[in-house]
Amino acid sequence: MQLLRKIAVLAIGGAMAFSAPTMAQDDTVTIGVSIPAATHGWAGGLNWHASQAQARLQAQYDNIEIVLVTADGPAQQANDLEDLVSIHNIDALVVLPFESEPLTDPVRRVKESGVFVTVVDRGLSQDGIEDVYVAGNNPELGRVSGEYFLTRLGEGDNIVILRGIPTVIDDERFNAFIETIEGSGINVLDNKHANWNRDDGFEVMQDFLSRFPDIDGVWAQDDDIALGVIEAIRQADRVDEMFVVGGAGMKEVIQMVMQGSELIPVNVLYPPAMIATAMDVTVAHFTSNGPVTGEYILGAPLITPENAEQYYFPDSPF
Amino acid sequence: MTVQAHEGVKPARKRLFAIDYHTMGPLLALIALCILGFALNSAFISEGNITNLLTRSAFIGIIAVGATFVITAGGIDLSVGSMAAVISGVMIIVMNSAIGAMGVGVHIVLIGCVASVLLGLAAGFLNGFMTTKGKIEAFIVTLGTMGIYRSLVTYFADGGTLSLAFDVRDVYRPVYYGNILGVPVPVLAFAIVAILGWVLLNRTAFGRYCMAIGSNETVARYSAIKVDRVRTLTYVIQGFCVSIATIIYVPRLGSASSSTGVLWELEAIAAVIIGGTMLKGGYGRIGGTVVGAIMLTTIGNILNLTDIISNYLNGAVQGVIIIAAVWLQRGNLANLNPFRRKPTA
Repeated sequence: MQLLRKIAVLAIGGAMAFSAPTMAQDDTVTIGVSIPAATHGWAGGLNWHASQAQARLQAQYDNIEIVLVTADGPAQQANDLEDLVSIHNIDALVVLPFESEPLTDPVRRVKESGVFVTVVDRGLSQDGIEDVYVAGNNPELGRVSGEYFLTRLGEGDNIVILRGIPTVIDDERFNAFIETIEGSGINVLDNKHANWNRDDGFEVMQDFLSRFPDIDGVWAQDDDIALGVIEAIRQADRVDEMFVVGGAGMKEVIQMVMQGSELIPVNVLYPPAMIATAMDVTVAHFTSNGPVTGEYILGAPLITPENAEQYYFPDSPF
Repeated sequence: MTVQAHEGVKPARKRLFAIDYHTMGPLLALIALCILGFALNSAFISEGNITNLLTRSAFIGIIAVGATFVITAGGIDLSVGSMAAVISGVMIIVMNSAIGAMGVGVHIVLIGCVASVLLGLAAGFLNGFMTTKGKIEAFIVTLGTMGIYRSLVTYFADGGTLSLAFDVRDVYRPVYYGNILGVPVPVLAFAIVAILGWVLLNRTAFGRYCMAIGSNETVARYSAIKVDRVRTLTYVIQGFCVSIATIIYVPRLGSASSSTGVLWELEAIAAVIIGGTMLKGGYGRIGGTVVGAIMLTTIGNILNLTDIISNYLNGAVQGVIIIAAVWLQRGNLANLNPFRRKPTA
């Protein structure tokens, strides 16, 4: 395998020597990072934290070379992976798959070429491909949010839920939330998809407000949705009647929590900075003498006015 | 030559027999939809909901009025959603940076609006110029600019969200949330744009030129119509409409990101076609477009007001209603009428 790879390197290297001068050096470790393009707020934060980590790690280690590529869709990401292997000749890959199913095979092929693979957030649909798995905890996000609702509301109180884009992530969060509040007597009036989008959050909440005269709490599950929801509540002049819980840790929302907002009292973390964690762990595989392989599931802590400061990144776009 | 001339006359002849269904189709569908909405949830006709509905349809509606001109003249503009996003983004940047020099006030909002209109006109002109003088298909030109504008707003926002400074937001807020004599400002703007659009399309030479070019470009050229100029102007009108929609959109959430205005182009085109304008050009109806835009928003609103339909099927319901509306509009209901005599022409 190793020999084959060397041959391939020589062949491609001969053709592309001008484009990749670093790969001739033996001690240089090249790490490819493949993530979705910044098409929504959370992914924007992901991109920002990825380039921050890239700059930091390259400054810290002379022999670490990080190639960051972003993809607009699963097909493009699959192409990116091929390019990372054949052109950049990567030693390790950090990948946040656009979608699990279509990228399982491309990532497996990268793995088979002898590359150290770290998968982030969205797991592959086949076990045992990756060396390291770093992820946020979607069911935990639903559960922690549900726990908070239990502390605030009880028998006979009404809530509405705004969900994300219909996906596994959304289902996991939603189901865990419903399980947590089950039996408490909290009444879920309805749930609708707001697609993790501010405009959709605004419109869905407007309709909830005209439909239900009594709402005590809103679980928006995501901070973009939550910001749209807040505008709709302000427009209807019902700010004093309810509270809103988003999720992810967007800086505007964290700031409101820090200021002790009544409307948006807490937040639940689902950090886009997890890409930095994944890159750190991957680099540690080449620089540390401790073992790193395994699964890293990040917590989804409740962000309150007391601890909000440590989750606040004013420079991040998210 | 004579055959082609006949083709241009066709809609008028058809109208003799099916006038009611052809023009009233979209309206009938909208009324049916409203009855359905009321039946599912009586909150549908509450004043608050109707106001929300009309205010919401203003964005797509205003953009769709512009799209009516482009499509009537045989063109297409796929870039409007991205254009709205990038104009919102630049407006926010301009207003935020003007605060430092001039302080907060109405003038900041006016500067933002001027920037928006200039950008809209320029972006529209660019689409028109590349289509006519560059001789590239409108589909390709606007597909290209769609991608360009979308990336630009992502770039300006650094992948995140551009937010308007909070103190300006308070000054600007009434443009979306305010009302004049009980009519929300966006609805008023929508009405004015629609009336001006109707006059321009139906009562001026320019409107007739649009229809002439859309039904047969060659004949229009032989008839001494300045085809390129009229065509370019339709895109400029489209750009202007996008900028008006943006001026109303920005104060709503005070932010713009790469997810702003996604798929608005398809909604605008759908509103135009539901309203009875021909996708291949040659015949346009502003009134129908207005009804089409309101109808699209109504579908979403009704789906939010009920929980009898699975959330996962929302798209399917929208699809069925859109197809049914166009079916009505094409006069199919008339053909089912047993009391109507078949045309003998």
